[in-house]
Amino acid sequence: MGKNMKLVTNPLNLNNPILVQILGICSALAVTVKLEPAIVMAVSVTLVVAFANVIISLLRNTIPSRIRIIVQLVVIAALVIVVDQILKAYSYTVSKQLSVFVGLIITNCILMGRLEAFALGNKPWQSFLDGVGNGGGYSLILIIVAFVRELLGSGTLTLPSVGEIQIIPQSFYDAGYQNNGLVILPPAALIIVGVIIWVQRSYTRELIDEKE
Amino acid sequence: MKINTNSNLYTFIYASVMVILVAAGLAFTAYKLQPAQDKNVRVEKMQNILQSVGIESTVDNAEELFGKYVIKQIVVNTKGEEIKGSAFDVNLKQQFKAKDEEKQLPMYFVKLDDGSTKTIIPLTGKGLWGPIWGYLSLNDDFNTIYGAVFDHKGETPGLGAEINKDSFEDQLNGKKLFEGTELVSITAHKGGKGSALKAGDTQHGIDAISGGTITSKGLEKMLKEEWLFAYKAFLSKNLK
Repeated sequence: MGKNMKLVTNPLNLNNPILVQILGICSALAVTVKLEPAIVMAVSVTLVVAFANVIISLLRNTIPSRIRIIVQLVVIAALVIVVDQILKAYSYTVSKQLSVFVGLIITNCILMGRLEAFALGNKPWQSFLDGVGNGGGYSLILIIVAFVRELLGSGTLTLPSVGEIQIIPQSFYDAGYQNNGLVILPPAALIIVGVIIWVQRSYTRELIDEKE
Repeated sequence: MKINTNSNLYTFIYASVMVILVAAGLAFTAYKLQPAQDKNVRVEKMQNILQSVGIESTVDNAEELFGKYVIKQIVVNTKGEEIKGSAFDVNLKQQFKAKDEEKQLPMYFVKLDDGSTKTIIPLTGKGLWGPIWGYLSLNDDFNTIYGAVFDHKGETPGLGAEINKDSFEDQLNGKKLFEGTELVSITAHKGGKGSALKAGDTQHGIDAISGGTITSKGLEKMLKEEWLFAYKAFLSKNLK
């Protein structure tokens, strides 16, 4: 059990897909302007990566190695389309807010990375845990980045089914405070991810490279 | 028997079977979910139309309220003549691309609780990343804007996407489409809050969104030559 547990907890910190493997940066930049799309994106990616892992793991002994990348892509794309269609049919408002982002899950490097590195060589249950763990690690960073960006960039926080909440009071604006326009633009996400990596490494000795 | 998973034949069969299975699965999913999705789109359209005259509806009562308030739906051509057709079923995307003389232009007439009638014109245009659309409601002088709603497919959140916020839409309330008898419509002024006022354009000017200039300009074009000007003949004829 201890080993299985590690599959889930390791990607949250020591082997975080965004902070350590530097995968999935693209969507971390794109969907983190507001908190709500970031949360829904995080949930969708976690679901898709977990189930794609299970499917690929089940098929792992039958997949011809020459077309394995194509097989992985087909599995991911099919799952993503199903998620997108279900959202459109039963949760239309959320689907509208996410618009292109759901489709963009297909291009998320974490998915291909986990399928290729883990699911192809491991049993379904372990693969499922690995997917949940990596999805969780991705979600964690996405939500932190979105929290900072929306707070500084728009002065609000948007939660699913709650809606937009004004955090910075109007009196601040009256006193001359302004939302930071740079934080809304993609480069700011890169800076925030950089700061998170910095903080993480200064607390986690294992991640620091030995001096030559 | 151990199958050689690297042989050409196996690879071909594997790929073919996989593609057929996945395609069938997806086609089935899409087919089964289609009615629910279509209903969502219809209900949303009704909600948008109602919202442009300030009637808030929910997913559940949109159809009922739509039936109650919308008294007439017509389709006109660019000469301002009424033509046959169902306004609700006109595909705006096709009309957007159609030649001027072939355009079918839907309009809705709404009678509000206070007895006044409003005309609603659906809008469609291009933003920065994809289509934008909306509904514009006019007072019965066919000149003064009563309300407007806009929406978009995938404009940048926090920037161009702000066109669907009340704070942006409310700017259009009370603006005029005509200057004398000339249709000039709405202009989006660059430079953030108060720039329309600075430009001295209080009748036809609204503030563009800072950082969302291309979306704002696309929206302006939608309210001008790209779409709304097709209604010119009809509006001029009825202008009071």
